[in-house]
Amino acid sequence: MKIWRKALDLNKVKPSRGQIEIMEDRCKGCRFCIEFCPKHVLEESKAFNAKGYHPAQAAQPEDCVNCGLCEMLCPEFAIKVTEEEKVKEVVRHG
Amino acid sequence: MNDDGSEQTQEMDQYLREDRMPHIWCPGCGIGSVLHCFLSALVKTDIDADKVCVVSGIGCTGRAAGYVHLDSFHTTHGRAIPFATGLKLANPELQVVVFSGDGDLVAIGGNHLIHAARRNIDMTIICVNNFNYGMTGGQLGPTTPLDARTATSPSGNYERPFNIPYLAAASGATYVARWTSMHVRRLEQTINEALLKRGFKFIEVIAPCPTVYGRMNRQPTGMDQMRYYQENSVIQHGADPKDVDIDLNGKIIVGKFIDIDLPTYSDLQLRVEQKAFGPEESKGEAVKKKAATAASKSK
Repeated sequence: MKIWRKALDLNKVKPSRGQIEIMEDRCKGCRFCIEFCPKHVLEESKAFNAKGYHPAQAAQPEDCVNCGLCEMLCPEFAIKVTEEEKVKEVVRHG
Repeated sequence: MNDDGSEQTQEMDQYLREDRMPHIWCPGCGIGSVLHCFLSALVKTDIDADKVCVVSGIGCTGRAAGYVHLDSFHTTHGRAIPFATGLKLANPELQVVVFSGDGDLVAIGGNHLIHAARRNIDMTIICVNNFNYGMTGGQLGPTTPLDARTATSPSGNYERPFNIPYLAAASGATYVARWTSMHVRRLEQTINEALLKRGFKFIEVIAPCPTVYGRMNRQPTGMDQMRYYQENSVIQHGADPKDVDIDLNGKIIVGKFIDIDLPTYSDLQLRVEQKAFGPEESKGEAVKKKAATAASKSK
């Protein structure tokens, strides 16, 4: 995307980063999360899960911006997106 | 706990009966997304979860009551609204939500739907419309669009379908909206708004049914149907419900169509009781007093 007019606070504002957790055995391979992810973070895994579906997996986890669309779209309640800062806090303070 | 023994959970798992997961809905079905939207909308309203009751009828969507970890009620076919009405009248504090399908609410339960809307009973109806009877093998229903093929109309449907928002609005519903299961955020916002409003609130959600409906209509996967919704949905808030018919492979008009305030059934009941027994009397006491005086007279 070309930015032709720079926002004044462009350097100060950091986009939120998300961490995706996928419960592979819940996934039924409907591909909703893969197709609708605005950042194309997810892809279909080559491996099978317990039920014989190809579950989704995070191919570019560093691109995730914590929008949570995949979590809301997932009909199987299999995806959880957490803000990276919160994950770090939990790791630090237990 | 998951199948592999791990303790991984999702945010909504606290409102789900995890032991019953994974649910029976097919890959590509949209009911799971709608249930997720409902639960996250419920969380955002800050309504006490103990005061919520989910009522479902029979069908694929009717299974929702069995999966939510709230007070829930799985009723007979088409009778979700009468059971919900009873719940609401017996305990007016409850937030009653009817979560059911089109075959349940509009086909066999059509009469209950129009009369609950006419009485303006304070409840939220989430009607998941997949255009056919999915659980029994994809038969023609009263919402199947003209010319759509189903198991019982292999050459195309020649019955005119119901326009559900128009039906609800004409019967007197005070809040009528329609979304598809692709519009997750807008749907969540609408459910949130509906839960906080008083009156008969009706939300139609169009959801994919790839296994039995999509397969017969050249949309064999859930993704094909979702893409069709994405390309053909037109958001028109405040559109006249009369004009929101759905044609096969045509445009789907979505949005919030009606949002008005009218006195509910209990408001009107209270008004009549106050007129009859005086403004000081609360309605329960008035009835008890009347019964007591009747009993003393008969002695």
